[in-house]
Amino acid sequence: MSKRLFVKGNEAIAMAAIEAGCRYYFGYPITPQSDIPEYLSRELPKLNGEFIQAESEIASINMLLGASATGVRAMTSSSSPGISLKQEGISYMAGAELPGVIVNISRSGPGLGGIDASQADYFQSVKGGGHGGYHIVVLAPSSVQEMYDLTMLAFDLADLYRMPAMILGDSVVGQMKEPLIANKRPQTELPVKDWVVRGKGVGEQRVVKSLFLGDGELEAHNNRLHDKYMLLSAREARWEEFETADAELVVAAFGSTARIAKTAIMQARQEGLKVGLLRPITLYPFPQRAFADLTRRCKRILDIELNNGQMVEDVRLSVARDAEVHFYGRPPGAGSLPTPEELLEQIKKHY
Amino acid sequence: MQQVFKRPVSLKDVQTHFCPGCHHGTIHRLVAEAMDEFGVQQRTIGVASVGCSVFLYGYFDIDVVEAPHGRAPAVATGVKRARPDSFVFTYQGDGDLAAIGTAEIIHAANRGEDITVIFVNNTTYGMTGGQMAPTTLVGQKTSTSPYGRNQAKDGAPIRMAELLTQLEGVAFAARVAVNNPRNLLDAKKQIKRAFRYQVEGKGFSFIEALSACPTNWGMNPIAANERVGGEMADYFKLGVYKDTAEF
Repeated sequence: MSKRLFVKGNEAIAMAAIEAGCRYYFGYPITPQSDIPEYLSRELPKLNGEFIQAESEIASINMLLGASATGVRAMTSSSSPGISLKQEGISYMAGAELPGVIVNISRSGPGLGGIDASQADYFQSVKGGGHGGYHIVVLAPSSVQEMYDLTMLAFDLADLYRMPAMILGDSVVGQMKEPLIANKRPQTELPVKDWVVRGKGVGEQRVVKSLFLGDGELEAHNNRLHDKYMLLSAREARWEEFETADAELVVAAFGSTARIAKTAIMQARQEGLKVGLLRPITLYPFPQRAFADLTRRCKRILDIELNNGQMVEDVRLSVARDAEVHFYGRPPGAGSLPTPEELLEQIKKHY
Repeated sequence: MQQVFKRPVSLKDVQTHFCPGCHHGTIHRLVAEAMDEFGVQQRTIGVASVGCSVFLYGYFDIDVVEAPHGRAPAVATGVKRARPDSFVFTYQGDGDLAAIGTAEIIHAANRGEDITVIFVNNTTYGMTGGQMAPTTLVGQKTSTSPYGRNQAKDGAPIRMAELLTQLEGVAFAARVAVNNPRNLLDAKKQIKRAFRYQVEGKGFSFIEALSACPTNWGMNPIAANERVGGEMADYFKLGVYKDTAEF
């Protein structure tokens, strides 16, 4: 059995990136994710990797684009306002079908907002935050162990589907310390990267681009991307169910909020209320089937988020037609993190 | 019979989309000739920018990554750091490099990235239809400076070669033109020298090439060509601004 370590969520991401074979990191300082570049600036040079503190978030996402186009595993990380700046590059990467991992240890907004835990970047992450209509893989860890494991999964999914993958966390999962088992990189069978630029040698020219001007070319490209998203949805949706088997009411929550909700659910169970939790782990692809299957039996969902209602739209689109979906949200900011008791009150209100 | 002139192997045998009298085709050729002479075609990764220069991959027979507008030096940084054995160059226009991409060019240059930047300055946004660029000369009329560029409101044109020369990370910087045979031969020499810096691992090299844009200047090719050697070269002085290596 592996040794248990005691590390911060952000450090777990950096450790997992290295274990996953990432040797190239490009970033810019921003709270609350700076532990990631700090860790990698120390560790990557020892592994003959490259760490660049770029002049901006825009430059760092484009360095990721360039490195990824050569076939290496590479990563950038930031927090909400910085992720907004990266949207241009993410759109280009999605268009050019480039893998690459983007970490958003999000903070509260809009604008400069604050540094507190937030889930207000859900829409931006899962609906295609940049222009042009695309999706990226979005994974939402709710523990330090998941920060580690899902980072390795993000690299694999990015390579498997040739698309960017994002870890969407916040300061709760980023800054807290928990026990971690530093698992080995999964032995995923990955496709050969026969599309990377490498200097053509005596072979055919290769071009990594997102510009398609020929008649019908771009439409065909977009349809192919869409097919890929459908395949991703069919194969890769992940979620956790907790105490749902006999539940009369199921709480839907992701990331840090799901942790608080779990405590509230255990309190409710002690009081004899049949309450469960459905926690999406992949926000894109959204676990639609999980909600559809669950609500064939359990007709009451309480969606809880650290915002004024974003994931709840996807929950509503996924549940059975006769299911009720209630919402409780706290928009992010200092002092807005709900307590388990507060959520228990909401559970009782809708039970 | 001896063949004394041929198409560079780094250049494809295709027609370009460039307008009559545009200098992009000539500059493409000089870059391709330099690539042939150093034998780097097979390990070259070009980084295309946004503007008339975007179709780099259509004309050069090399691997190419397309960058978002202005970001080519950042993309090239990622490429070169991941594949240090490759020969990496960007090819950017003046809107791309001197306006939206100012941060990326300055910091790639300042880090002394081992890449070559070919910067084509034609004092206008060509592909979008001739709007005012950061390099548009004072008084020059464009589709967004219909009364002429006003220095009091729009600032003066930016001299990128001189500006980048100030940075410690820049090993070589020169401004060239291809408007007449003498300038063209010198341009070829300086492009080759810029390439040599990268081939020998001597650091960041920068070429600013003045170029004509007859279509958007509203001139015929001959008048446009004359403008390059006239008012453009008066403001954007040709020459080698920095040359730090001994070869």
